[in-house]
Amino acid sequence: MNNSTPIIRVRNLVKKFGDFVANDHLTFDVFSGEIFGFLGANGAGKTTAIRILCGLSKPTSGEISVAGFNIYNQTEQIKRSIGYMSQKFSLYEDLTIAENIRFYGGIYGLKRKEIKTQTAILLEKLGMNDYRDQLIRDLPLGWRQKLAFSVAIFHNPKIVFLDEPTSGVDPITRRQFWNLIYEAAHNGITVFVTTHYMDEAEYCDRISMMVDGQIVALDSPGKLIQTYNAANMNEVFLKLARSSLTEVKA
Amino acid sequence: MISILAEQIGKSYQHIHALENVSFQVGKGELFGFIGPDGSGKTTLFRILTTLIVPDSGSVTVENLDVLKEYKKLRTMLGYMPGKFSLYPDLTVEENLEFYASIFDTTIQENYHLIRDIYVQIEPFKNRLAGKLSGGMKQKLALSCAMIHKPTVLVLDEPTTGVDAVSRVEFWEMLKKLKSEGVTIVVSTPYMEEAGLCDRVALMQFGKIMKIAPPQQVIDEYRRNLFSVKAENTYKLIEDLQRFPETGSAFPFGQSVHFTPKSPAFFPQMLIDFLLQNDHQNPDVHSIEPGIEDCFMELMTESPDAGDLSKI
Repeated sequence: MNNSTPIIRVRNLVKKFGDFVANDHLTFDVFSGEIFGFLGANGAGKTTAIRILCGLSKPTSGEISVAGFNIYNQTEQIKRSIGYMSQKFSLYEDLTIAENIRFYGGIYGLKRKEIKTQTAILLEKLGMNDYRDQLIRDLPLGWRQKLAFSVAIFHNPKIVFLDEPTSGVDPITRRQFWNLIYEAAHNGITVFVTTHYMDEAEYCDRISMMVDGQIVALDSPGKLIQTYNAANMNEVFLKLARSSLTEVKA
Repeated sequence: MISILAEQIGKSYQHIHALENVSFQVGKGELFGFIGPDGSGKTTLFRILTTLIVPDSGSVTVENLDVLKEYKKLRTMLGYMPGKFSLYPDLTVEENLEFYASIFDTTIQENYHLIRDIYVQIEPFKNRLAGKLSGGMKQKLALSCAMIHKPTVLVLDEPTTGVDAVSRVEFWEMLKKLKSEGVTIVVSTPYMEEAGLCDRVALMQFGKIMKIAPPQQVIDEYRRNLFSVKAENTYKLIEDLQRFPETGSAFPFGQSVHFTPKSPAFFPQMLIDFLLQNDHQNPDVHSIEPGIEDCFMELMTESPDAGDLSKI
């Protein structure tokens, strides 16, 4: 991790929907090659922020750059520099494994020859060579998610955004999935990830905690656990998210 | 006193065995959990219990009623919360609740005491459309709707999936309250740590039950020696553990790695020496008690179906 280069730079990001403030002056940096956990309760404003960082939605105000590009007028360059996957949408169910890889490779402008060699390497690595012609819909969820992640970084993006990538996945596959994340980060890809599994939060280099549209804490898991005098990230999460609930009620 | 009796249930979809020889009993007033990942057969099983689909083989009775022959009577006694949010998004919170009460020929007033603790939390939003609620609030409304006709048996399919850690804790507190009212509750979850909140759990994988026991017994029956391993660089630690000859399994758990050795002759200093030789600073290896997730993974790796795509 190179602490000197922010690959994502966010200053006073505000996003309003009518009177509702979904993102309330978010300010943070994500550094090149780090695994950055973006945590928060349901409805805290995580998805809104991710959509903005991916160039899919415009903020109401704020200064934001992603991979060195401006979020207001360089969204096409941003889209080419990032990868994205979520549990809800990742691969085309009615295409095969090989077809999905070819499709995404093509979308990101890779050459046919490059796609062919890279596909062979990828299938070998994932142990899916014998299943290259299987439709995605026939694959178990864990396989899909591992493949979806590999496809999301197939074009070697600078940053990959993962929105709850492991929801509902079995415990062993979940860990294999994190091995892929570690490997990608090790190879210099910045990982921006959300999760509801608090043990996974502890795999991140740094974590931001969002509550009601604001970032209320940002540090390494070890430091957060220390600061909030907790046994693990689950307790940190409960303390932070709960305290905000009592404030609202009072 | 038995509430649910399932014997040798089988169900296939084309070439996929969704359920194979699934047998279990749930006692009256028990909080019984099905723990397993997506695709392990939990939803298929719950649909059979709630008379929504018919098994290929086997028999099931709920409250002494056969799910095939006496489904009409049984349906009045069941509360079911499907995994996918299934209330009317274009009705308000209150309208949804009124609708479900009227279907079962009752009123909100009549059974309000049953749902009060849950419903008061969403009552301030009773005029909001159900489709506009946050994830945690949707789950609370769905549970209220499933309870409003005072069911004897409550079947909840992954009520906490995708729900944040705070709302999950609150949801389980509500289930405990309902249990104290004498309701039999069957609930499924992919979050292993929630197993500890059930009276008994069934661990499921590939359409089969691997084990049924109280959560503490599942932990007591873990047969391996389990160690927590920590080092400063977790990625390198995992890589190096793959090369360590004594490694039986090594899985990351938060900030440490859970390690089981191949042989009983293993002692921690062996691993500490190995890690020091491989340039790890201050490695820490010590024996720990397993959690449900460790147990589940032990059972998974012993399963003959592990990694076999044709079985899924």
